[in-house]
Amino acid sequence: MSAQTPAPRIDVRYVAKLARIALQDDEVATYGAQLENLLDHVAALERLPTSEVAPTALIIPAANVEREDDVRPSLPRDVVLASAPQVQGPYFRVPRIIAEAE
Amino acid sequence: MILDRTAADIAAAVRAREASAAEIAEAALSRAEERNVAIGAYLSVVADVARAHARKVDERIAAGESLPLAGVPLAVKDNMCLAGTRTTAGSKILANWIAPYTATAVQRLLDAGALPIGKANLDEFAMGSSCENSALGKTHNPWDLSRVPGGSSGGSTAAVASAMATIALGSDTGGSIREPAAFCGVVGFKPTYGRISRYGLIAFASSLDQIGPIAKTVEDAALVYDAMAGKDPCDATSVDRAVEATERSTRDNLRGLRIGIVKEFGLEALEPAVRAVYEAAYRDLERLGAELVEVSLPTADYGVATYYLIAPAECSSNLARYDGVRFGARVDRPSLTDMYLRTRGAGFGAEVKRRVMLGTYALSSGYYDAYYVRAQKARTLIAADFARAFEACDVIACPAAASPAFEFNAKADPVSMYLMDYYTIPMSLAGLPSLSVPCGYAEPPGGTQPLPLGLELSAPLFAERLLLGVAHAYERATGHARKRALPAIAASAVAS
Repeated sequence: MSAQTPAPRIDVRYVAKLARIALQDDEVATYGAQLENLLDHVAALERLPTSEVAPTALIIPAANVEREDDVRPSLPRDVVLASAPQVQGPYFRVPRIIAEAE
Repeated sequence: MILDRTAADIAAAVRAREASAAEIAEAALSRAEERNVAIGAYLSVVADVARAHARKVDERIAAGESLPLAGVPLAVKDNMCLAGTRTTAGSKILANWIAPYTATAVQRLLDAGALPIGKANLDEFAMGSSCENSALGKTHNPWDLSRVPGGSSGGSTAAVASAMATIALGSDTGGSIREPAAFCGVVGFKPTYGRISRYGLIAFASSLDQIGPIAKTVEDAALVYDAMAGKDPCDATSVDRAVEATERSTRDNLRGLRIGIVKEFGLEALEPAVRAVYEAAYRDLERLGAELVEVSLPTADYGVATYYLIAPAECSSNLARYDGVRFGARVDRPSLTDMYLRTRGAGFGAEVKRRVMLGTYALSSGYYDAYYVRAQKARTLIAADFARAFEACDVIACPAAASPAFEFNAKADPVSMYLMDYYTIPMSLAGLPSLSVPCGYAEPPGGTQPLPLGLELSAPLFAERLLLGVAHAYERATGHARKRALPAIAASAVAS
């Protein structure tokens, strides 16, 4: 048995960035260890013979559901905007995403 | 006290005008005020909504309508929308969010005459098995206040167990109705995937999430199910298939039925007191006329591993909507990306972060086939195991959980918490209707009193009528739920 610690499988900082979650340094260490543990647990699936098996996304057969293209009332705009963190007029306000023209 | 009666009794009394919905609402609200301090089942009590609905119910009864849930106090898990009320999913990120519409399942119960009393605590976004992951409150098990109520629907099951509500809605993704029902000594029923609309249920893992009833009796659970099952145009995955009314699926014996006992779920590993309860439960099924047959679910042992790839993958996608733009909390930052990062870093609790990251990893480039697709293939094998088992039996019986309710902070390691759902996850992956019914009491090691246990019964897809019939016969013959008084409530009754 090798005395070396196996290289971590998860780069927690990278995954957290993909998931858009800011982590503190202590969280990186804690979640890193916990996620490695979880990967050890789910590695059991490698023992299942799955090469000839079709994946199941949904247990009930489902097809695209269509309806008539008729106009129906939506939620009132003021009710929806009332839940927003920040609004400007009838819009959701977000931080600038396009740089101002030079 | 009318609140201590069953939903069927309360609705009958209101229909017969022996009691009014208005007086029941007042009784339920004052009981919530009395008991919620100790139990913490409700995150919010919706007194105005309860009173308004009670007035409507009394008017409809006076107009001659026959409402199946007339005046029945209802607890709604706080991941279901009730228009005009705070709907938090137990998360800081939604702590102040007011739902602008009502979930279909909730609306159907209101239409049937139910009175919403409060929004019940849950593990954040329904991720957990103890309610300890709620960011907004702590719920105590009414049987022993030093123990968890189970989860994630622990607020709902604690509300029914402590008679602060007569019925409750829970949601079950991997056992979140059945495990807390077992821990709190009530009936918890997860119908077939697709039977109940998910419109207005805050999404966790969409291929698994299912709303279901929590009640004191199987008959009450069937009443609730009958009132809310069926196709909803607002949920494309709700199934368009006739719902057989279950209310009258009452049988008094199990003659002619084969009940499958799962070989891989042997009772040897359980604590002796727990094991004895389940052995007695199996004998009772036999005594009622059922033939016990051994069935095998060889891949069920892989259920937890399969689930902890599929559910996190789906949740990492579903929870992308909490980005600080349209609703919920926001941490202001000058750049959009930084705003996303800080909002989600501050708004989500530890378990949610873990699962979102695990799911993101399982779906990320290079790992998708090795983790996510492999888990979906395992899901196929697990469903096939059940299909084979149901060729040899009509209903499967097994423990709902390996132990009674545990103490707070007893499962600090995430994997040990995940294993609490060992007996419930396989049925969720296969989409089956499955329920927990009280089956006895066992004193845990180091415990001070016997705590309830639940027998899990599961049936083939869409066989709700059969399932509820079997559970009803078992409940009627054994009556475990009626055998012991709730110690916490007995104590508070003495105190008041």
